[in-house]
Amino acid sequence: MAFYFTRDHEWISIDGAEDSTATVGITDYAQAQLGDVVFVEVPPAGTTVDKGKEAAVVESVKAASDVYAPVSGEVVEANAALEADPSLVNTAPETDGWFFKVKLSDAGQLDGLMDADSYKVYCEGL
Amino acid sequence: MSDPTSDPEMDDIETGTLPLDAWHRARGARMVAFAGYHMPIQYDGIMAEHLWTRTSAGLFDVSHMGQLLLSGDGVVEALEKMLPADVASLGEGRMRYSLLLNETGGILDDLMLTRRADGYYMVVNGATKYDDIAHILDNLEDEITLNHMDEQALLAVQGPKAVEALARIVPGVERLVFMTAGAFDWDGVPLWISRSGYTGEDGCEISLPAEAAEAFAERLCQEPEVKPIGLGARDSLRLEAGLPLYGHDLDPETSPVTADLGFALSKRRREEGGFLGAEPILAERAAGPLFKRVGLFVEGRQPVREGARVLEAIDGVEGRVTSGGFSPSLQRSIAMAYVPAVLANPGSKIDIEQRGKRFAAEVTAMPFVPHQYVRKGA
Repeated sequence: MAFYFTRDHEWISIDGAEDSTATVGITDYAQAQLGDVVFVEVPPAGTTVDKGKEAAVVESVKAASDVYAPVSGEVVEANAALEADPSLVNTAPETDGWFFKVKLSDAGQLDGLMDADSYKVYCEGL
Repeated sequence: MSDPTSDPEMDDIETGTLPLDAWHRARGARMVAFAGYHMPIQYDGIMAEHLWTRTSAGLFDVSHMGQLLLSGDGVVEALEKMLPADVASLGEGRMRYSLLLNETGGILDDLMLTRRADGYYMVVNGATKYDDIAHILDNLEDEITLNHMDEQALLAVQGPKAVEALARIVPGVERLVFMTAGAFDWDGVPLWISRSGYTGEDGCEISLPAEAAEAFAERLCQEPEVKPIGLGARDSLRLEAGLPLYGHDLDPETSPVTADLGFALSKRRREEGGFLGAEPILAERAAGPLFKRVGLFVEGRQPVREGARVLEAIDGVEGRVTSGGFSPSLQRSIAMAYVPAVLANPGSKIDIEQRGKRFAAEVTAMPFVPHQYVRKGA
């Protein structure tokens, strides 16, 4: 299991080999910035997402934010639990509050993403 | 993720500091620029603060608002030239909601006017206060004095337990009823307190010298019912209460008739006219407005916000959402919008489009959450 982080505060976890699926969500830092999440729209299974392009929408009481796909590929599963309980993004952003799982089309896109330590340093500098 | 903190109203250029600035920061508030000042947007979180205010009592710092005092011979006549309110019949210690209007009947600001022994006390919006002062001075005779009380802070304590908590510190406030006000004293600090607010809850607004604001806020928050609340919850509370926000739901292109604020046009003033904008406003009132401000229940949980399109149109002009969000009390999406007047009745179906996505909505009576005002004889 490997965790990667983006400068836009998404996380990607890869279980097993690099040609397997990646789980995507937003970080604890991101949810704290958003505040109370009241709605999440995730791409349904079968959708193709492109790295850096809008893939999901997360709405807090305050504002709407786009979530960018940190990697390209085909969505194989969307987190259905978020529809009934969007606050999972606040309470468990890096576990139960995951957004979608995607089958990587180019594992090379993981190069250059941050690991947990680098991401922590990055957030401290914001 | 796109930056959720970006806000076109934020502007760090010459952002002012209010009397409670350090106090908010020490209490962990997240500060943003609003109406030209650094203001607390939230402490614990908007949802929690909102629900705390609905069930207990919240303390709001609204010192950015303009506090004005008008006095002198002929002040009643002068005010009646600018405002559609029946100023002459306003008794001492009584307050009224009113509007500053332009010649075409557009709303320059909304305000609270209170008659005091020393003159007429007016609370106007923070973002518009300097424009308001210029407008008022343009329309005043020399005999009238306008005092901008910028040495005063303004706090609001709102919620079902607000008055009982405040009464422990300032005995006697419990005798005020909704839309009345009076002078009080706290350890030698003069307080001007009204039973009013912007949340739909019972509560008071307290004008006091800026140098005493921190000690008073600190003392009030020692009461177990009271917590400080940020601007975020202030906005969601006023939306649930159906109260318009100037600069969003009201603006100089919108008339009181279109904004459904007919109650601010008192009967005598409607009959006599003689206030700025009276002719176009009374003509519109007689003919009926083309658009009207209404409340909407939006299907689902996703908020529709200011700027979303109302697809129903008159002569090619669409309506628009002017405020919207997720209602913490009702756990659903609500909005205020201008819709064609023929569709302004509760139950009318409205189609909204936001960022290319359609939403079904239905007109509903406001407030969304019942007001809890404590009125005379209650």
